[in-house]
Amino acid sequence: MEFVFTEEQQMIGETAKGFFVENATSKRTRSAMASDGIDRDLWTGFCQELGLAGVTVPEIYGGAGLGQVEFALLAEAAGAQVAALPMVGLAMASQAILAGGTDAQKAAWLPKLVSGSVIAVCAGSADVTAQGDSLTGTFEFVPHGASAEVFVLGNDAGAWIVERSAPGVEVTAHVTMDQTRPLATVTLRNAHGDKLADGAAAMRAAREAGWICVAAEALGGAQEALDRTVAYAKERVQFGRAIGSFQAYKHRLADMMIEIEQARSAVYWAACAADEQSSDLPLALHAAKSFAADTYAKCAGDMIQLHGGIGFTWEHDAHLFFKRARAIQSMLGNGNWHREQVASMILGEAA
Amino acid sequence: MKLGFSAAEEEFRRECADWLNGQMAGEFKDIKGITTLTEKAERRKEWEQQLATHKWSCIGWPEEWGGRNATLAQQVIFAEEYARAGVPGRVNHIGVELAGPTLLAFGTDAQKKRFLPGIAAGQTIFCQGFSEPGAGSDLASVRTKARLEGDEWVVNGQKIWTSLAHISDWIFVVSRSEEGSKGPKGLTFLMMEIDQPGIEIRPIKQINGDAEFNETFFADAKCPADSLIGAVGEGWKIAMGLLAFERGVSTLGQQMGFRNELDDIIAAAKATGAANDPLIRQRIAKAEIGLQLMRYGAMRMLSNTDHSKIDGAALTYKIQWASWRRGLGELAMDIIGQAGEVAEGDAYEWSMLPNLFLYSRSDTIYGGTNQIQRNLIAERGLGMPREPRGDV
Repeated sequence: MEFVFTEEQQMIGETAKGFFVENATSKRTRSAMASDGIDRDLWTGFCQELGLAGVTVPEIYGGAGLGQVEFALLAEAAGAQVAALPMVGLAMASQAILAGGTDAQKAAWLPKLVSGSVIAVCAGSADVTAQGDSLTGTFEFVPHGASAEVFVLGNDAGAWIVERSAPGVEVTAHVTMDQTRPLATVTLRNAHGDKLADGAAAMRAAREAGWICVAAEALGGAQEALDRTVAYAKERVQFGRAIGSFQAYKHRLADMMIEIEQARSAVYWAACAADEQSSDLPLALHAAKSFAADTYAKCAGDMIQLHGGIGFTWEHDAHLFFKRARAIQSMLGNGNWHREQVASMILGEAA
Repeated sequence: MKLGFSAAEEEFRRECADWLNGQMAGEFKDIKGITTLTEKAERRKEWEQQLATHKWSCIGWPEEWGGRNATLAQQVIFAEEYARAGVPGRVNHIGVELAGPTLLAFGTDAQKKRFLPGIAAGQTIFCQGFSEPGAGSDLASVRTKARLEGDEWVVNGQKIWTSLAHISDWIFVVSRSEEGSKGPKGLTFLMMEIDQPGIEIRPIKQINGDAEFNETFFADAKCPADSLIGAVGEGWKIAMGLLAFERGVSTLGQQMGFRNELDDIIAAAKATGAANDPLIRQRIAKAEIGLQLMRYGAMRMLSNTDHSKIDGAALTYKIQWASWRRGLGELAMDIIGQAGEVAEGDAYEWSMLPNLFLYSRSDTIYGGTNQIQRNLIAERGLGMPREPRGDV
């Protein structure tokens, strides 16, 4: 029992942080927001120069063979800069194929996902019917759905790899509040799917990886929202003093830090529990997703409030954090749903 | 990063559990499940001695002083099993968890020899003399005076909120030894025997009807010159060092007490049908998540060996648990309803959950109020400007 990062983990975290601070600049992110919400150069740099996209993927498929703790460090660093990347798609699709795919499916797709040459996303829907390999159904709110070249789609009854280029695949992009992760509707009409060997395992792994990914992004975003607000509190002067000297202001900063420290425990507990496959993994995942998302929403909201008028402008980056935070709260099960899962574990189903 | 326990550690867990459960089913079954700090105090002093006899009193201490040199994982395990077995809180927790580590860190060899064996053996019960009527949040403004007369310190003044002073043998006292000094300068840290004519203890009745706290009066109270920890004028440094131990391993035992409280609330929710209320379900889930995050926050804090940087988990720990527990008391009353308003017997005495509701109002006050905690977090953790001192 030792709840601190190893030297290797620390190094990965610092490398990723440096990379995203340097490259995921506001200017580049805004340029991606004006197109499809992906900074292509950043993605190529992350996958190829940094070579960290496959951190959880075994080495035979081009990955690094490490775990969710290492992945969480990456997602945290990317989330801190609200980087415009298909990160959650990568996390979910690669884990789905790893957990539920055949050896051939893994060999065919994982190296491409890890190298960044193919953008993949994953989505679930109860509304999908299969006749043989022919699929019909609709998948709503698919993050970066309009940019993906391959989809992992399904539900616990079955999951398939579907290529964007296949006949019968229709993708409708939506103008989305969080422009760094635009949502799309994917409609299949007798579209060909390559069935994964174990759909239930695939979708479970995808959910778990998705929860850890967005919880870690939320942690990074919340910390950055606090850090930037702290910097502003020191420099902005009113009534002849730095505004950070007012208790009403600094107590709010303290409250942000109190939540963030708990979110940090939650994210790394969940990631570590996933790597160790410990019995409290479900509890850890629901705790991490709900707590980190709410923490981010609080901190990003406070970031706007504590910046005053400038924080409400399009020019300032506070709204990037605020919108990402809201999106994370709603996606992959909202906070109430996750807490109800926890309640069911403790209290049983409600009568 | 690793959360699991090794096979040897799991074996240690069985050893702890077997011994503790055996005690609570046998010789000490009359104290099992007590949740206040004052009930059956004499029996609980005997329990301190029983722990010591079997070397479970202070397992984190070095072996030469009666400990086991236990690893962090072992201390975590012992704390968990201690609470799981329904063993009541330690009446000498101030001795074992605060005075002992302070002596180990700052005491002379002679002082260690004089005090540590008694603490380890459960024979010397300690209490803490820091706060005064005029020095609460502003702890450094203590006015109790100490002067050296020949080979004795003579102390005059008043302490307040001295938890468990009425059952303690010794008190450590922060007092002003330099005439005219102000704030943290000129303070001295003394160990004083309570049973003497110069010290008077008066209990303070609390909102829950219990009297765990006291006023402690010093009128020419005396202690030998070598009762001083650190140097003359170093009292603030020693006191701050001591308070750092408060955030140490002792938090784990405290958390396991919280676990028992939450489990009682969950049982009450099932019994009353409140467990079907979606709002109550959300609050219980939040409480569970909060408790788990407290556990992992403590693990981060205790696993951290890099003390060159501010440890956010440690800095935010007090306000986190205190606020969580106050919320837990409110949740308890919402679940048990009006039954919680009615005492079980003829006395103004409360069972665990109503008592939790009342008692937890003190959690966000003692040891630094939530407001002071927020100042500390903003100033030390985030580098915000410090609060200006007034001159009233």
